[in-house]
Amino acid sequence: MTAFLGRSLIQKTITLFLVSVVSFLIIHLAPGEPSQIDPLNPKFSPEMVERMRQEFHLDKPLHIQYLLFYRDLFSGRIVSWRDNLPVLNKIGERFLNSLPLFIVGTLLTWTFSFPVGIRSAIRRDGPFDKTTTFLAYVLISIPGFFFAYILIILVVTQLHVPVIGMYSFGIDTASPMVRFMDRVWHLVLPSVLGATGGIAVLSRYVRSQMLEIIGQDYVRTARAKGLPDDAVYYRHALRNALLPFVTMFGLILPGLIGGSVIIESIFSWPGMGRMAYEAILARDYPVILTLNFITAVLVLVGTLISDLLYMVVDPRIRL
Amino acid sequence: MTADTRNSALDAATGLPPARTPWEETWRLLRKNRLAFSGLLIFVIFFLVAVAGILLTAGSRPVLDPAQVRLQEKLLPPLSLPNHEVLPPEALPPLGRYLLGTDDLGRDVFARMLQGAWVSLTVGFVAVGIAVIIGIILGGLAGYYGDQELEVGHLLVWTTGVIAAFLLLTNRPAGAAAAAAASAVIWIVMRRERSLYEGPPSRRRWFTRGLVSVDTLIMRAVDVMLCFPSFFLILTVVALLPASLYNIMVVIGLTSWMGTTRFVRAEFLSLREQDFVAAARALGIGDMRIIFRHIMPNAMAPVLVSATLGIATAILTEAGLSFLGFGVPPPHATWGNILSDGKQFIFDAPWLTFAPGIVILIVVLAFNLFGEGLRDIMNPKLRERN
Repeated sequence: MTAFLGRSLIQKTITLFLVSVVSFLIIHLAPGEPSQIDPLNPKFSPEMVERMRQEFHLDKPLHIQYLLFYRDLFSGRIVSWRDNLPVLNKIGERFLNSLPLFIVGTLLTWTFSFPVGIRSAIRRDGPFDKTTTFLAYVLISIPGFFFAYILIILVVTQLHVPVIGMYSFGIDTASPMVRFMDRVWHLVLPSVLGATGGIAVLSRYVRSQMLEIIGQDYVRTARAKGLPDDAVYYRHALRNALLPFVTMFGLILPGLIGGSVIIESIFSWPGMGRMAYEAILARDYPVILTLNFITAVLVLVGTLISDLLYMVVDPRIRL
Repeated sequence: MTADTRNSALDAATGLPPARTPWEETWRLLRKNRLAFSGLLIFVIFFLVAVAGILLTAGSRPVLDPAQVRLQEKLLPPLSLPNHEVLPPEALPPLGRYLLGTDDLGRDVFARMLQGAWVSLTVGFVAVGIAVIIGIILGGLAGYYGDQELEVGHLLVWTTGVIAAFLLLTNRPAGAAAAAAASAVIWIVMRRERSLYEGPPSRRRWFTRGLVSVDTLIMRAVDVMLCFPSFFLILTVVALLPASLYNIMVVIGLTSWMGTTRFVRAEFLSLREQDFVAAARALGIGDMRIIFRHIMPNAMAPVLVSATLGIATAILTEAGLSFLGFGVPPPHATWGNILSDGKQFIFDAPWLTFAPGIVILIVVLAFNLFGEGLRDIMNPKLRERN
């Protein structure tokens, strides 16, 4: 156990180091430079550009830039090139905006996928199974932005509720109840959209996992000794089918910072995804690299957690 | 399954099932899987439409001109007739009607959709082609040569080789020649060392000492790539590079080879130990022939499946990028940018949103259904016996 922890910590540190190098190289070796982003602006005289380059260490060789960047990142002093605000504070602010989307989306995903997946596994090849299978494929295949517009048309013309942004403009003076409902309505569409893909994939996975377990000998035994269907499915089969999903809790973690660029830009939601998008457009390297680094850390921590959870729930596994 | 149906599948004279080649068997099963088969049909239609689209809309005087601006005729609904009085005769749509309406500049949406079909098709196939080639090479290396150690000398040879290539690219031929010579010298010394001295590993010279195994190296590279959020990475690179279709294809390809690598590696690891490979080796057949003639055909099933599903993802990714305004530069139509341009008129001209949206949905759905069907068909465990 300790050996496994130590080994994987070392491995993950090496991976993280390589990720930091690769992302740094990708960003800095791409043609063009942030100092050239606005060449037509008359304020950008050559001296000004030179001063900016010095300020951002862009005149130093790459490996020095790398060291300076990660020194700043780890000491928390890293600032955005766009507005000179500390990057970590900016990310924290946007993170709080994305958090409700993430929580509601994840809850929707996990509460919907299981009943749907289990039912279609039990009624294999029945009409319910066929419909949900086809629907799942449709939801996987539909482009998020197209689906978003269909839902916007539906909701705006049928239900007359506000959908764009995090809250309606000028709502601050309304009563708390109105304000709360306003927030909820704004939250519904983006989080449903964020959850659809997840529901489709996860319910398919639940179904195949259940089908595999239902085919096992011990399920046949349980049925042979005359247990009612519910006991067979939910006590004997489901518990074992759940094993791989426990480990998936670890893999949700990276989604925390991901945020969907497309959905957040359609709904003008000031979250992480839009922040990343704006940073890319403005060539705000510190923000891009910091986001990338945090995501990589979350991916690695997530896989570690999922390995550990696997060990906890399945005593057969010795790592 | 009754005894009856089982007997009918057997040949009456011999009592054996009728001989079918694996391809015939796959085809037969595919015909039976209605969803997968319709996916394949849609794919074939899409392919033909895209080829017809590039033929009809390309060139200096295309039959259907996707760039023809008719400001008098903007935002006409689908199937509407052109106004003969205000349009010059050369601007009339050749089909007599605007099949899918016109956009805010009066351009024929049908022609633009045809032009965009080719973009989606090439992005899907080229990007996945790149990913699959990288995946097969790396996965095959990791699976077949996985336990070979990478030696210090190898590292030196490669580093000097890369330096030589870099110097050559930056126009410094003298330095490049020197680095290449150094690389060659190290390689020759290593070869000599190995043939002269066959001792226990502990007594080897430092430059033939093992560093990491090939497998570890490649799988760590996969881990590193999996740490990047894929759409974000693609977006970053595409945004930094100059806008072009080729950049998108290459970037999507270079960021999606990890799955194929893992599949191919896993297949190679299990196939490598099988008797037919041992037999081939015993016959003295070379490594390359074993890999490409004996192992590869048996490892293709998961690759085909993941390639088909990968095409669906690549088409969606390209559409998302065009929607955000990256990728193919503007006058050229793609399904993503038709939809993106149409979003301002979502209530007045919904066909600008629905035409590309539904077409993307159908094409991606076709690839997904076909891929999943293929997976079921090629997996003997899931196959129902009959």
